Amino acid sequence: MAEYKWPAAEKRRLIGKRISRIDGPLKVSGKAKYSFDMNRPGMLFGRILRSPYANAKVVSIDISQAEKMPGVKAVKIIQGAGSTILWAGDEIVAVAAVDEPTALDAMRAIKVEYERLPHVVNDANLSTVPDSAKKPAQEKIQGEPDKALAEADVTVEGYYGNAVITHCCLESHGQTVEWTDENNVLIHPSTQGVSVIGNDLAKALEIPAGNVDLRMDFIGGGFGSKFSIDRWGIECAKISKLAGGKPVKIHLERDAELQVAGSRPSMYAKVKVGAKKDGTLTAWESECWGTGGPGGLGTPQLPYMLNLGSGIPNYKAKFINVATNTGPQRAWRAPSHPQMAVITLGALDDLAAALKMDPIQFLLKNADMFAPRTAIYKEELAKAMEMSDWKNTWRPRGEGAPGSTKYIKRGLGVSMHTWGGGGHASNGDVIINPDGSVELKMGTQDLGVGTITILTIVIAETMGLPMDAVKIHLGSNRYPSSGASGGSTTVGGVSAAARRGSVDALTQLFAKIAPMLDAKPEELEAVDGKVRVIANPSKAVAWKEACAKLGSQPITVRGVNKAGDRELTNSGVGGVQIADVSVDTETGIVKMNNFYAVQDCGLVLDLTTTESQVFGAMIMGVTYSLYEEKIMDNATGKMLNPNMEFYKLAGVLDIGNFKVHMMTGKGYDERGPIGVGEPPTNSPGAAISNAVANAIGVRVSPIPLTPDKVLAALASKKGGSSNAKI
Amino acid sequence: MSSHDEKPLKSESEKDSAVSRRSFLKGSGIALSVPLIAGNTRLVKAAGQDVKVHGPNKVSITLDINGKKQAATIEPRVTLLDTLRNDLDTTGAKRVCDRGTCGACTVMMDGKAVYSCSILAIEAQGKKITTVESLAQNGKLHPVQQAFVDNDGQQCGFCTPGFVMACTALLNKHPNPSPEELRAGLGGNLCRCGTYVGIRAAVAQASAQMKKGGK
Repeated sequence: MAEYKWPAAEKRRLIGKRISRIDGPLKVSGKAKYSFDMNRPGMLFGRILRSPYANAKVVSIDISQAEKMPGVKAVKIIQGAGSTILWAGDEIVAVAAVDEPTALDAMRAIKVEYERLPHVVNDANLSTVPDSAKKPAQEKIQGEPDKALAEADVTVEGYYGNAVITHCCLESHGQTVEWTDENNVLIHPSTQGVSVIGNDLAKALEIPAGNVDLRMDFIGGGFGSKFSIDRWGIECAKISKLAGGKPVKIHLERDAELQVAGSRPSMYAKVKVGAKKDGTLTAWESECWGTGGPGGLGTPQLPYMLNLGSGIPNYKAKFINVATNTGPQRAWRAPSHPQMAVITLGALDDLAAALKMDPIQFLLKNADMFAPRTAIYKEELAKAMEMSDWKNTWRPRGEGAPGSTKYIKRGLGVSMHTWGGGGHASNGDVIINPDGSVELKMGTQDLGVGTITILTIVIAETMGLPMDAVKIHLGSNRYPSSGASGGSTTVGGVSAAARRGSVDALTQLFAKIAPMLDAKPEELEAVDGKVRVIANPSKAVAWKEACAKLGSQPITVRGVNKAGDRELTNSGVGGVQIADVSVDTETGIVKMNNFYAVQDCGLVLDLTTTESQVFGAMIMGVTYSLYEEKIMDNATGKMLNPNMEFYKLAGVLDIGNFKVHMMTGKGYDERGPIGVGEPPTNSPGAAISNAVANAIGVRVSPIPLTPDKVLAALASKKGGSSNAKI
Repeated sequence: MSSHDEKPLKSESEKDSAVSRRSFLKGSGIALSVPLIAGNTRLVKAAGQDVKVHGPNKVSITLDINGKKQAATIEPRVTLLDTLRNDLDTTGAKRVCDRGTCGACTVMMDGKAVYSCSILAIEAQGKKITTVESLAQNGKLHPVQQAFVDNDGQQCGFCTPGFVMACTALLNKHPNPSPEELRAGLGGNLCRCGTYVGIRAAVAQASAQMKKGGK
């Protein structure tokens, strides 16, 4: 039976090394074509008229003027009279025209009458949320929380939270669709699910799944928001049909992108947490709420990482789901984890401060409660302390770390996190051609995480070939299907399928040429561009020569990974992050000094792109901790900052200095590759919040920690009352 | 009950293009600097001066893109970015914020980095427009591009062409940029995936390379 397991450390030629992403040159030269870049022959430009109201009934729509305009090829009502609109920006009418100015003019000529209804768009203060917007509370209890809190030596109470943020993909959601004949559709979408959304489109159009030809070579960001064909995808296909099947491009304008195409739920909580004098955690109580738009969000698992039997022995976690008239939530890198970390690790940090304990010592004291990853966290905390020079830099809360001045206060904060991973279902055809070239055809996608690069590494490593001998084809639903890229399951799934396919293809090649080398197939190996006899390496044949023996017929083998298979990948990782900030107590501005991350993700396939994932998660973390917020206007029900000057992202010099350490080697590598797109996004909010509290001696909440909130917290501290009451 | 008639609709969509670009046009004094073009262009008196008015319909223009003259027929309200992308299939520059914030549309105009989403195509006539597509010569990446590849200054890559152009313009002017010059040169470009660590390393590599005379 073939041996699939990952090569031992001493045999790895490519795996775990620093390798530049293969598609890099295409991206830096502008040659990478994204869906948004498609210019199909005779293409029309589509645009969508959206509701200006957050809650309304459509009374009437008049498209007659728009239809008559020269250059307008189709106008299609998406939600007609009688429809209920639940968020501002929802789709009302689509138009397709010969160019963008004409499409824009056509939108202006459409008349829509609405009946406005009352809306709810904010939930940071639960007492101002009407009861009608609250779904019934859910509560989970373990042990005897009331008694344990009453008996605790020290308790703290605080308010922690996270505002709604939006995905803000730089390539907005959208697609170009055309009908190649009456029953066949060609779509170029921007999607995280190449093998998935074509089927959804076929269903909506009532054509067989095989009639949808979906192609996507590059995607300009997804972060969890691009799993669906979306209504604009279906409507784009329908309006293309109305326009005689001509290609129609609809990519969302920036304001729509921020209003409706991306939303990470809010999550707020009032927490009371207790411990013994020695720092042993004993009890937790939280009342948590949040919104994911009209449908709400999934119940958070609080206290984060500590809600298992081995966790905090006594806890009571209540959750109230708030329905708001805002664009519906979409999965955002590690759904709920960053928010739960802010709440949980924030409360624990306040408790450590009340106990006058170093927060790292506090976490170590309670490390057993973080089972099953206790050992990993201990190692990672030690590493993070070393990287940040914690012992010499950290000071008790409010004392100011070295470098603090009268007005500028420096502080350090720590957080830990977890995430699952595992491998999704994946199929890929590995092809060894008679000319010695090797291909992989797989219906997956590279979100910019390095999927093409790691697949090349896996196949080249397995076959003993240089990377340029391997070509990866992905981005088509005509290739063997592979899962959508979500839940950090891609690397596990695709690498396992590629590994198995490569090993099996190689086995077939060995069977062909074993007689030539006077050996049995199982006595051969592929190394350094040769196939040779393991016991007698001088008995060898060059790779190309070996493949020439295939005659005219390539070897094609289907590599498969079944969802959840743990032979070559695994689930469950841990990470620790330490933030080092300076806070200007006069302006309230928080500045990042340093940011450290220690992360495990099993076997690292490419150190360069793996580190880039961690850096990227941390940078996104700085951004959501300090700048980002989807600001909703109570009066109009609209988003006030659906643009990029007021929906703020960090710039190149706003982030401070970063250091990342990947946990590799024994105890990690043998777990196989595990996705790392999500885990490191979980800690930044908590680590940065804790650093700010450490610097200025008071908790600022909720994130983002904007200057107004920092100044308000400082003012409340001077007045004698803080958010974290002891 | 309130009605969503033509008026609010118009104000709703004005921010996308019409009024902001019209006032932009007025503010930039553009009409005075544009050479006379064939077709739908006429002279009117404004504030005692002859002013060229383009449109309201499509006008024929010629742009100098990467050293090549390219013709397009566009409405005067159309941006350089949209002309490049929609009419000339030059899609390296990306449309992201479409209002001069994120830098994804950065190209060079007469050697200076500009937001092509905030320049009208008619205004770009007679200027030398350089896009990311022209940087690599004879199949060899420009030192800035190579540095982005070597230091992984990219993930999804959608902001990358804009960053590469901004970075090239920066290093052309300041071969050894100070942190302040770096902030001024690259502070107008945004990335969502979080590639800034790689981009900073890329700037350092490209700076060293270009000083050595790599390009």
